Amino acid sequence: MRTLSSKDPTKGGRTSSPGGPPTGRRTPGHRRPRPGGMARNRRREAAALVMPSLLPILVLSVAPLVMGVALAFTDARLVRSPDYELVGFENFTKLFDNGFFWESFRIGMVWAVSVTLLQLVAAMGLALLLNSGLRLQGLTRVLALIPWAMPPVVVAIMWQMIYSPNAGPLNAVLDGVGLPGDINWLGDFTTALPAVIVVGVWVGMPQTTVTLLAGLQQIPDELHEAASMDGASAWRRFVDVTLPSLRPIIASITSLNFIWNFNSFSLVYVLTEGGPGGRTMLPMLFTYLEAFKNRNIGYAAAMGVVLVTVVVLLLALYLWSQFRQDDKGKVR
Amino acid sequence: MTVRSLVRPAQYAALVCYILFLGFPLLWLLSASLKTSAELNSLTVSLLPREWHFDNYVQALARQGLVRSAWNSLLVALSSTALVILISLPAAYVLARLKGLVRASGIGWILISQVFPVILIILPLFLVLRTIGLTDSLVGLVLVHTTYTLPFALWMLQGYVTGIPVDLEEAGAMDGGGRLEVLRRIVLPLLLPGLVATAMFAFVSSWNEFFFALVLLQSPENYTLPITLKMFIGGEGKVALGPLAAGSVLAAIPSIVFFSLLQKKLTGGLMAGAVKG
Repeated sequence: MRTLSSKDPTKGGRTSSPGGPPTGRRTPGHRRPRPGGMARNRRREAAALVMPSLLPILVLSVAPLVMGVALAFTDARLVRSPDYELVGFENFTKLFDNGFFWESFRIGMVWAVSVTLLQLVAAMGLALLLNSGLRLQGLTRVLALIPWAMPPVVVAIMWQMIYSPNAGPLNAVLDGVGLPGDINWLGDFTTALPAVIVVGVWVGMPQTTVTLLAGLQQIPDELHEAASMDGASAWRRFVDVTLPSLRPIIASITSLNFIWNFNSFSLVYVLTEGGPGGRTMLPMLFTYLEAFKNRNIGYAAAMGVVLVTVVVLLLALYLWSQFRQDDKGKVR
Repeated sequence: MTVRSLVRPAQYAALVCYILFLGFPLLWLLSASLKTSAELNSLTVSLLPREWHFDNYVQALARQGLVRSAWNSLLVALSSTALVILISLPAAYVLARLKGLVRASGIGWILISQVFPVILIILPLFLVLRTIGLTDSLVGLVLVHTTYTLPFALWMLQGYVTGIPVDLEEAGAMDGGGRLEVLRRIVLPLLLPGLVATAMFAFVSSWNEFFFALVLLQSPENYTLPITLKMFIGGEGKVALGPLAAGSVLAAIPSIVFFSLLQKKLTGGLMAGAVKG
C-alpha cells in the first residue's frame, strides 16, 4: 500500500506535465502569464488535492476491473486456497455452448429493452402533464420521487405483497371486476417476467421524469406559440417542436437507463431470485450465482466480460445512430 | 371548441392514473404494516386496516437482528458519507477550476464510471478484500461504498463549485490571506448547501445498497438492514408479513426524508453539472 502511494504522485506529476503545454499556450491570450515555478507549484497542489479521490478509485475500481478481465482467462474457483492457472479462451468457448447463459442473456435483453422503453413513454407522459399547469402537481412530484429514494429491497417486498396470489390487492381488484383473480403473478411462467418489468418501470420512472421535465422547461415558449399560430395540433407540436428539442436528453437518459437496467440485480433478486424456472434469471443474477454459489469465479468473470462487451457495442451503435440523425437534421 | 374542453379532464384522468400507479403500492405497504396477521391472511382484502394496530412495529423492533442491522447500516452509511465528503471536496474543487483537456477527461471518467460493470468488479474485489481480511467486515463495506459513491459525489460537488465565481476568490486573495485561508473563509461557506446535498445523497446510496452487502457480508451480526429484511422473507414467510411490512416502512423512512429535502438540490446540482460540463 505504502509503495503504491509513494509511487503515484511522481506518476501523477509526469502525466500532468504533457498536459501542461496546451494550457500554457492558452494562458497568454487571456490571462497574465505566470512564472513557470508558480504554475508547477499549482499543478503539484492540484495533484495533491486530487490524489485522495484518485487512489481509492484506482485501487478499488480500476484495478479490480482489469483484474476481472484477467480472471476470465483463468480457471479460478472460490475456495480457501486459491490455486489457479491460465486457461486461455477455454471459458469463452465453454460459455458459447452454455444454453442457460444465452437464455438468461435473452431474458436480460427483454427486461432491459422493455423497462427502458416503457420508462421513457411513461415518464414522458408524466413530464408533459407536470409541465402543463395542472393542480395536484406538488403531490405528484413527491410521489414521483419516492420510488427513487426507496431501498430496492423494500420496493421488492412491497410489490411481493401487491402481487400476492391470495391476499394481494391486484387479484382482489381483478376478482372484483369479474376477471380471473387467482393469478400467481410472480410464480407463473408466463406472468413472472412482465410482472417484474412493471416493478422495474415503477422504480425507474422518477429519475427519467425529472430529467425530461427539466428538458421540457428549457424549451422556449415562443417555439410552441409560433407552432400554434401556424395552426399545428397538440400532437404535431409535440412531434415537431418538443421531441426534436428533447432529442439529446432522450438519447442520454435512454442509454443510461438501458445500462442501469441491464446491470440491475437487487430488485429482481429479492422479488423472484430468478425464478420461476429461471424465467426472470437476469444475466447479473446468473453470473452472481455462478460465482458465489457454484464458486466458478473465473467462468463467471468470462460471463461478465461477454455481457459488458455486448452492452458497450449496443450502446455505441445506438449513440452513433442518434448522432447521425442529428447531423442529417442539421443538413436539412 | 368541444375538443378543447375535453383536454383538461383527460389530462386530469391521466394524472390520477399516474398518482394511483405511483402511490398505491406505498399506501398498501403502509396499511399492511398496520394490520393484524389474521387480517393479512384473510381472503377479504381491504385497503384500510380494520383497526390501527401498531404491534407490528413493536414486534419488528423487538427482533434483535433488525435493530442490530439498522445500527450497522447507520454506521456504514455515516462513515462512508464522511469519507466521501472528505475525499471528494478537494478533488471536486480542482476539477471545477481546471480547464481544457484535463477537466474534460475527468468529467468523462466520472460519467463512464456511472456505467461500470459492477459484476466484473466485485469478483476480483472480493478476492482482494478476502486476502486482506476485509470480507464479512463493515470496514470493507465502507471502503466499497465510498468508492462507488465517489464519482457521483464528485460530479455533484464540482457542479456547485463552478457556481461560485472565481472573482470572489481572487478578491479574497487581494485582501491578503493565503490560499487555504481564502478557501476556508470564502469558498467553503458558499459551498455548504452543496456539501449538505452531496452528503445526503451519499448517505442514502449507502443506506439503500444491497448488492455489495450481499456479496461481502456473511455473518448475521454484520448484516446491514437491506440484507436482514431480505432474510426475513426467506425465513418465515407469511407469518411475519406484518412485522416485515413494518420493518420495511422503517427502513425506507430515512431515505425518503433525505430525498424529499434533497429534491430540488439534486436536480439543480445535476443540471448545474450538465450545463457546465
